[in-house]
Amino acid sequence: MKIDIILAGVGGQGILSIAAVIGEAALKEGLYMKQAEVHGMSQRGGDVQSNLRLSDRPIASDLIPKGQADLIISLEPMESLRYLPYLKKDGWVVTNSVPFINIPNYPEIDKVEAELDKLPHKVVLDVESIAKEAGSARSANIVILGAATPFLGIDYTKIEEGICRIFARKGEDIVNQNLKALKAGYDAAGQGA
Amino acid sequence: MERNLFLGDEAIAQAALDAGLSGVYAYPGTPSTEITEYIQNSPVAKERGIHSRWSTNEKTAMEAALGMSYAGKRTLCCMKHVGLNVAADCFMNAAMSGIHGGLIILTADDPSMHSSQNEQDNRVFGNFAMLPILEPSNQQEAYDMVYDGFGLSEKLGYPILLRITTRMAHSRAGVQRRQEKPQNTLSFPTDGGQRYILLPVIARKRYKALLTAQDTFTKASEASTYNKYFDSPNKKLGILTTGIAFNYLSENYPDGFENPVLKISQYPLPRKLIEKLTECDEILVLEEGYPVVEEQLKGFLGRGLKIHGRLDGTLQRDGELTPDSVGKVLGKETTSSYSIPEVVAGRPPALCQGCGHRDVYDALNEVVKEYGEAARVFSDIGCYTLGALPPFRAIDSCIDMGASITMAKGAADAGAFPAISVIGDSTFTHSGMTGLLDCVNEATPVTIIISDNETTAMTGGQDSAGTGRLEAICQGIGVAPKHIRVIVPLKKNYEEMKNLIREEIEYRGVSVIIPRRECIQTLKRKKHA
Ligand SMILES: Cc1ncc(C[n+]2csc(CCOP(=O)(O)OP(=O)(O)O)c2C)c(N)n1
Repeated sequence: MKIDIILAGVGGQGILSIAAVIGEAALKEGLYMKQAEVHGMSQRGGDVQSNLRLSDRPIASDLIPKGQADLIISLEPMESLRYLPYLKKDGWVVTNSVPFINIPNYPEIDKVEAELDKLPHKVVLDVESIAKEAGSARSANIVILGAATPFLGIDYTKIEEGICRIFARKGEDIVNQNLKALKAGYDAAGQGA
Repeated sequence: MERNLFLGDEAIAQAALDAGLSGVYAYPGTPSTEITEYIQNSPVAKERGIHSRWSTNEKTAMEAALGMSYAGKRTLCCMKHVGLNVAADCFMNAAMSGIHGGLIILTADDPSMHSSQNEQDNRVFGNFAMLPILEPSNQQEAYDMVYDGFGLSEKLGYPILLRITTRMAHSRAGVQRRQEKPQNTLSFPTDGGQRYILLPVIARKRYKALLTAQDTFTKASEASTYNKYFDSPNKKLGILTTGIAFNYLSENYPDGFENPVLKISQYPLPRKLIEKLTECDEILVLEEGYPVVEEQLKGFLGRGLKIHGRLDGTLQRDGELTPDSVGKVLGKETTSSYSIPEVVAGRPPALCQGCGHRDVYDALNEVVKEYGEAARVFSDIGCYTLGALPPFRAIDSCIDMGASITMAKGAADAGAFPAISVIGDSTFTHSGMTGLLDCVNEATPVTIIISDNETTAMTGGQDSAGTGRLEAICQGIGVAPKHIRVIVPLKKNYEEMKNLIREEIEYRGVSVIIPRRECIQTLKRKKHA
């Protein structure tokens, strides 16, 4: 088993929590993992990404080679496109559909949507609305994780356990909110696909 | 044993704690910051009274670290690569004195300049000081090197330079911890410690001692398990990797290497292992950073061997390595199925909405406009450097921490008017205070704006050394109290802020304006805590 994932978004959106949950679940599964993060300057509202690699064999590089990612998980539609050179031909893109506009030259959203349309395998979801409906407005990042779960090669229940462990410190309410968000994302993607 | 999911930085911090650390001394800087933060947040460190408070700058950090080592304790000193420039005087001379308690100096280099003003490779500094260098290839090795590194430092009697790069610092992997060791007890150098008095008569002896020690350092490298030779019958090409370049090579050969490979993670270069590699017709050097080993090999071997790397253009001269760039050189080019669509726009970092630096620049820009092209705004390093980008385009320089004040001084000395400096609070205490004294001593007509968000924001909101005392510090240095002006940078205060800036520009002496409003990020975090 080997899966390479690129997590994408804008500084401050919370892609590192997604990585933390997957990482926690993978480690408990006895998998090897490497996860390269971006800290520092770009966290000030710039584009951020994280390379997450899971495997049942030791992993060499912290960075994913071009054309080799199985999955791009993105909290922002334009950001999901930025890493396409890393996506495998039959890889999946799971992305939020709602743009995060903090630059004056953000493209027209239909142009972004048109590019997403061209991809053979994608799940495009309004994660903010789904999070709100699930009563977990602040867990949009976990909604997108739920939507991506079928592509991770890790059982849904293991991801749930990962959430419990990662958010345990923040109390039961937060854990439950995130579990609901995960389920809402998972269900929404199931209906769309 | 259970594996812990650690960032490279966290693995280093945990290893230091497990190896009997007594103190970490550091000034924040990407990608080194998380090491000290990990120790600051460690309940065990608190319980054991391990020093972890931020230092004012890298020089004060390294000197304090050397002092703790003098007192027999194991000490870690961390900084980003450019921090070593600030601490260089202590660094070069600590190689002359040697150490007592184990001392590891960590440099986190940033090739490709993800968050830095240059991509200097501090292995050059290590070689300059003639100290042993460790360069881990993965997180476990980083842990082990620190865990054993204090002992190595104590055995050799010298500081060890531990060099990591961004991808090592900020990548997570499973790491196994080892048994915890107790701290060293307080003790002073057993040889009387005369070697710490670098008067010329002693320093000459110490330099000879350092030269003699080189042989011991090399033997340690030759015996090191971190340096490893992988043989192969195909001697057409031998490959030498340093640090994490080994991973990028391995990534391209999932079923095993097809050439002899020498993995280097401890310096000085292990001569004996290098001899083995010279059986190959040609040598390819893969290193993250400057062509340090490549240059050494060219001189060191002197046998007309063909060496390929960054110098002959085989690899790009600048920027970090990737599995792709390494694969390409070895004829294993990766291909993309998709390209980046044209609609994708760049998304540079920006000052947060609601940040006080924004208000400072809005007001400053309007006043500066009144002086036309003559006005120069020298700035510095921090979040406020983002004022260089649109819509502000408010600053003319950003060189090294503290340079805004002294560059404004030099320009003013040359006749420039108005000469304005914009500096952050943490940068001011890091290296701005001494420059301010120069200005005061000559009553130089400069207007210094200390944009005070009461934190070290760019690196994630660490404590700032002068918080609450900036006026007192400026006054102590000799700025006239009536030319130390404090204001809250908010829209409603624009007119007042503009008047104040104008008045102080017109005052032909040293003035300090302190717009003060807490960083909205640290404020938000306090609210959610
Ligand atoms: C010698 C050196 N040390 C550390 C850094 C990393 N660094 C860059 S900006 C910065 C923080 C500056 O804080 P402050 O001056 O208060 O400005 P703010 O980011 O809060 O606006 C640091 C620590 C550096 N670039 N150079």
